[in-house]
Amino acid sequence: MTTTVATQREGTDSPYALSHLDALESEAVHIFREVAGEFERPVILFSGGKDSIVMLHLALKAFAPAPVPFSLLHVDTGHNFPEVIEYRDRTVERHRLRLHVASVQDYIDRGVLKERPDGTRNPLQTLPLTEKIQAEKFDAVFGGGRRDEEKARAKERVFSLRDEFSQWDPRRQRPELWNLYNGRHAPGEHVRVFPLSNWTELDVWQYIAREGIELPQIYFAHEREVFKRSGMWLTAGEWGGPKDDETVEKRLVRYRTVGDMSCTGAVESDAVSLEQVITEIAASRLTERGATRADDKLSEAAMEDRKREGYF
Amino acid sequence: MSTTTTEELSATTLLRFATAGSVDDGKSTLVGRLLHDSKSVLADQLEAVERASLSRGQDAPDLALLTDGLRAEREQGITIDVAYRYFATPRRRFILADTPGHVQYTRNMVTGASTAELTVILVDARNGVVEQTRRHAAIAALLRVPHVVLAVNKMDLVDYQESVFAAIAEEFTAYALELGVPEITAIPISALAGDNVVDPSAHMDWYGGPTFLEHLETVPVSHDLSHCHARLPVQYVIRPQSSEHPDYRGYAGQIAAGSFRVGESVTVLPSGRTSKISGIDLLGEPVDVAWTTQSVTVLLEDDIDVSRGDLIVPSADAPPTSQDIEATVCHVADAPLTVGHRVLLKHGTRTVKAIVKDIPSRLTLSDLSLHPHPGQLVANDIGRVKVRTAEPLPVDSYADSRRTGSFILIDPSDGTTLTAGMVGESFASPEPVKEEPEDDGWDF
Repeated sequence: MTTTVATQREGTDSPYALSHLDALESEAVHIFREVAGEFERPVILFSGGKDSIVMLHLALKAFAPAPVPFSLLHVDTGHNFPEVIEYRDRTVERHRLRLHVASVQDYIDRGVLKERPDGTRNPLQTLPLTEKIQAEKFDAVFGGGRRDEEKARAKERVFSLRDEFSQWDPRRQRPELWNLYNGRHAPGEHVRVFPLSNWTELDVWQYIAREGIELPQIYFAHEREVFKRSGMWLTAGEWGGPKDDETVEKRLVRYRTVGDMSCTGAVESDAVSLEQVITEIAASRLTERGATRADDKLSEAAMEDRKREGYF
Repeated sequence: MSTTTTEELSATTLLRFATAGSVDDGKSTLVGRLLHDSKSVLADQLEAVERASLSRGQDAPDLALLTDGLRAEREQGITIDVAYRYFATPRRRFILADTPGHVQYTRNMVTGASTAELTVILVDARNGVVEQTRRHAAIAALLRVPHVVLAVNKMDLVDYQESVFAAIAEEFTAYALELGVPEITAIPISALAGDNVVDPSAHMDWYGGPTFLEHLETVPVSHDLSHCHARLPVQYVIRPQSSEHPDYRGYAGQIAAGSFRVGESVTVLPSGRTSKISGIDLLGEPVDVAWTTQSVTVLLEDDIDVSRGDLIVPSADAPPTSQDIEATVCHVADAPLTVGHRVLLKHGTRTVKAIVKDIPSRLTLSDLSLHPHPGQLVANDIGRVKVRTAEPLPVDSYADSRRTGSFILIDPSDGTTLTAGMVGESFASPEPVKEEPEDDGWDF
């Protein structure tokens, strides 16, 4: 339990071997700098979730002591956790960043998008996102997607070309060799960039702990009014839950992912510190998405279908 | 796992490895077994496999579906290249590039092997070393993957006989050493039964070596830096121009090879200007020394012109710059590469115009024979190519540096990645591989 960390790491004959977190960090920073060097208008997708928070942290380190040369883009479903929006605005303020917001609610109010019967707004994010990318002429869009999350993402390149309709075509993927990323794209096309491709959920948490990165409080155990739907604890709220046959209970929960309130489930947990969260995840027998995302359960290829349309 | 502290977990190293082998050799089962027995498969994933196995009419969960199930697109007829998988043990983190093994997927094996420090070549103990095995060994040698594991699978089907394993291991080792593969470890396994994959086999007392996973956990991941030429491709110039840092001018990049030290005399290529390193920032923290593959920012004593695409090297150890590059390439695009083709060449952080001057030979992977002057290379072809670049490039031999000895060719019209290139001689073997007498253009 309290073994000291040897400088000569196991499995290596060299003191120059990087720890796995250092290797992942260095790779991600390299990706951020490649984009800064090769693109005109990059933007970081920032939801206030842990992956985008880690992305921003890496970008801050990559360009220090200069500011991050990218703006942020939040696709606002209108069904956000208030703590997360508060965190988002505080972060933007602290680092003096520019925040773009693509609002699903606007699209619904204008009648362009229709509310789904299940109240889930995740699939509705694609249109506001892709129109914002086109309108602002973003040519590189950083996403916090990780290949360990989901089988469609396991196939994703670090630099992923999207056509003028923002579509992902698995057939058109470019082989990625060494660390020679190819960012060439035609006008109107853009490249989705995934600096955390090779990170796992546990890596993200360990990195957050190592770097002392602040997170929204919903990632830690707290009492919350929730109800059960399809085996998942959802937060009661103005988005349309609970229904008449669903009962609200007070539970000690935390979130493993942050997304639209209507489809992001909480897990029962008493982990209040990073250390406890990491211990819990290391022992968990469920994947992050399997435990907490209702939208991925809509069909076998739900993520793949949405990605093809331009979803992140 | 639950008693492991955060500190211990984060101090583990990372091993990137790639698999090769045709489906019949049991590659999916091996990967499935590895994930399953190392407890890297979570309950919801296993449930999905059980569901899929049941719907296919199988009564036990098929471990191969752990990987095949992630290939839904292939079932729809889409060619899928490398899929990346992640797993961990308390000793090490692993990134597995799972590559399809057929000859028409050579480009995918090249893609997976380009970042791998270890390649697993799987053979069926009943069939021994076959044409496909030789092909995989050749590609591993070509890509200079530091470690090769020969996994002799299906030992259960040959009664776990030592003589069968020994004969295959001997034949393969002789062949691979001739190609210049630096290190070969042969392990007898049964992926289906679980022998020597994660747990030692009860059926092969005669085998005294590590299990497959044990070997993955202990193989060295880093080389002695004293033999490496230090190289820093400049990615980006950091100039805050703030009141706090009015004069800061840092050259950011990921060290491609070797190490750099404050006070060291350096040369910037291709200009040839020289200066001294006045400081190194490791992601915001000043350090005295930094090494491969750290992402750093280097500060120089003199205010000389340095920009993205330049290469910072020790003045005492600068590579030659040249506009004529000869390389072994693997063509990865569907459209062919022809003599006279105008392309873009990306080397490190520099992209320059280039023209394909000559294609001296093409390699026939089945018997490693050479076809002189093929005129073009099509998808999955490996051959020798001579390229003339619009500007001089500081290139190393791929044998010396996988990072600064490699490049890609890009189609300027639509941005397609065309070709993966490795500068200089192909295989490390000092003796050239036997070639057809009429072929004088091929020198690997």
